[in-house]
Amino acid sequence: MKTRVISGGLLRGGREASLTRWKENRKRYVDWCTIGFCILGGLLVGITVLAIANMATAELANPAHLIEVATSSEVIGSILLTFCAGANAVLLLVFFGTPLAYVLARSRPSRFKGVVESIVDIPLILPHTVAGLLVYLLFMRRGWLGAPFGEIGLAFEDAYPGTVIAMLFVASPFFINTMREGFEKVPVHLENVARTLGASTFTTFRTVTLPLSLRHMYSGAILAWGRAIGEFAGVIMIAYYPFIISTLIYHSFTTDGIQTSRSIAFTVILISFGVFYLLRRMTRFMGRYDDRV
Amino acid sequence: MAIIEAHDIKKSYGNLEVLHDVDLSVREGEILGLIGPSGSGKSTLLRILDLIEPANEGELSVFGIDTIADRGSWLDLRRRMGMLFQRPIVFNASVYDNVAMGLRYRRAPRDDIDRKVKDALEAVGLSRYIKSRATDLSGGEQQRVALSRVLVTDPEILFLDEPTANLDPTSTATIEAIVTRLNREANMTVVISTHDLAQGQRLAHRVGVMLEGMIAQTGASREIFHEPKDRRIARFVGVQNIVPGRVVSRSDGLTVVEARGKQILSTTPPPADEVEMIVRGEDISLHRREPGHEEAENLFPATVTAIEPTAPFVNVTVHCGCDLVALVTARRAETLGLREGIEVWVSLQAKAVHLIPQAEGGKLTDTG
Repeated sequence: MKTRVISGGLLRGGREASLTRWKENRKRYVDWCTIGFCILGGLLVGITVLAIANMATAELANPAHLIEVATSSEVIGSILLTFCAGANAVLLLVFFGTPLAYVLARSRPSRFKGVVESIVDIPLILPHTVAGLLVYLLFMRRGWLGAPFGEIGLAFEDAYPGTVIAMLFVASPFFINTMREGFEKVPVHLENVARTLGASTFTTFRTVTLPLSLRHMYSGAILAWGRAIGEFAGVIMIAYYPFIISTLIYHSFTTDGIQTSRSIAFTVILISFGVFYLLRRMTRFMGRYDDRV
Repeated sequence: MAIIEAHDIKKSYGNLEVLHDVDLSVREGEILGLIGPSGSGKSTLLRILDLIEPANEGELSVFGIDTIADRGSWLDLRRRMGMLFQRPIVFNASVYDNVAMGLRYRRAPRDDIDRKVKDALEAVGLSRYIKSRATDLSGGEQQRVALSRVLVTDPEILFLDEPTANLDPTSTATIEAIVTRLNREANMTVVISTHDLAQGQRLAHRVGVMLEGMIAQTGASREIFHEPKDRRIARFVGVQNIVPGRVVSRSDGLTVVEARGKQILSTTPPPADEVEMIVRGEDISLHRREPGHEEAENLFPATVTAIEPTAPFVNVTVHCGCDLVALVTARRAETLGLREGIEVWVSLQAKAVHLIPQAEGGKLTDTG
């Protein structure tokens, strides 16, 4: 018993001595660069945290009102509508955007390709109101595409398809560019091996290229979805109704006042944060990445 | 019969023309070696022959089918050929799945795949790794997986693109043995590109030299290595001695060439008045005493001026008016007691002296 205490004390003494020496060493090797970067980055994250904390304190002071607003059918319906319309837009993007991304990734640079790339990026550089106007004028009842679709019973003005098409338009560069980056990372060598083994171009794409870019497809889809459900100006031009969440917040801000709109906003923040956190976490289960060449 | 017939193949990437007017025909059942320095267009040519990418211009028929006229047949034709690349490329899946790829693309029945994959892995000596992850294997083992992945599809033509460029000697030997056996037993046509001259000589029935995007010469390997058509080819195939001279007479099937006051006999008919003598280092013998003179042989005394060991051989430079480099084994150099400054006798058979017309401007260089 006694010996154990003594040896324990001895050990601790030794440990402390080495600990102080270690601390001294550490002081000497301060990496000011990293610390500076952390401070700069911290300021940026700090603003977001501060803004949310500011809202949270006000909201959590009156939980009854928050719960009342959050559980109202209007808010829940609107959130579901937004998420669904976003997902719908992303599905369309995956179907039409993936082939385009592959062609862009594999073709040689040319003037034509440069033009196509710029067209893909147009929604990125335009003000969202302009994007909204573009979509509205094309898909309105008398628009070039709106009129023929209207004849087969597909209306875009103030309707769900309008929301989807506006979201699709503004979110497309996010998906296409990410997907394309993924395809570019798949070595042409791997495709060549598959082709020498007797695969057609499409089989090669399906069995080699696509599985290796699944992770990019996934993160491109998340990005595009995030962009889609956050859209406001692009959507209201063609579909003010049904209310997507940003329209609902704007509407209640201008009619009911700050308190209600803030409660809706806070609910949206909580839900979006949770959903996106989960989706990001799931990235690790997606796709195989590590093919050696 | 020619199984591949290519004429005037041109290929460029952007502004860079990689192949200019390549003509090549491959006979059924032969092993054709394509040798050439890196960047001479060997890999590009193989990719074009295997129909992975199209040429910009030219005619190409494979299995007697005109591939330019009949683009729709490419996949079917490609399925009758196989290709092994320089870098071992395996997919991040089990060895079994890797080898089964080609058969799955051909929608073979499951039992068939199972049997053939096992046989193919047996052939390359990797049966015990059948369930391992292919990316965990060593480079040499991965290349053997890649080989069995090709062989499992029973290709009629096999393209090998520097297949052993960075492999250990054992894996190299295994791959070479498999390829030669398949060629002999299954009559598989093989086109192998390599920058390893010894490998080209060892495996190929016929050798094509590729320089700067063109096939410079094709022929039996003896022909390429001993009777290169011009100086560039001679340099590439490792000829140590290229000596300019002038033809002085011709009699009894022997050409007499004078170089720096020394007369040397050659069996080659004179291609021009001004010639260059092509002599491989290993054809020059060195002796301490004057050996008996044989017919059609050059025999003269010389002084050793430099000795450069390149294990397992030694490059010995001797001076006899002009400088000649002889290649002797390290043991022989030791037996002869070679050192700089000593006198030796040089013997050189007349048929080991090959003559080519002198290239313009070639007279001033390489005169020793």
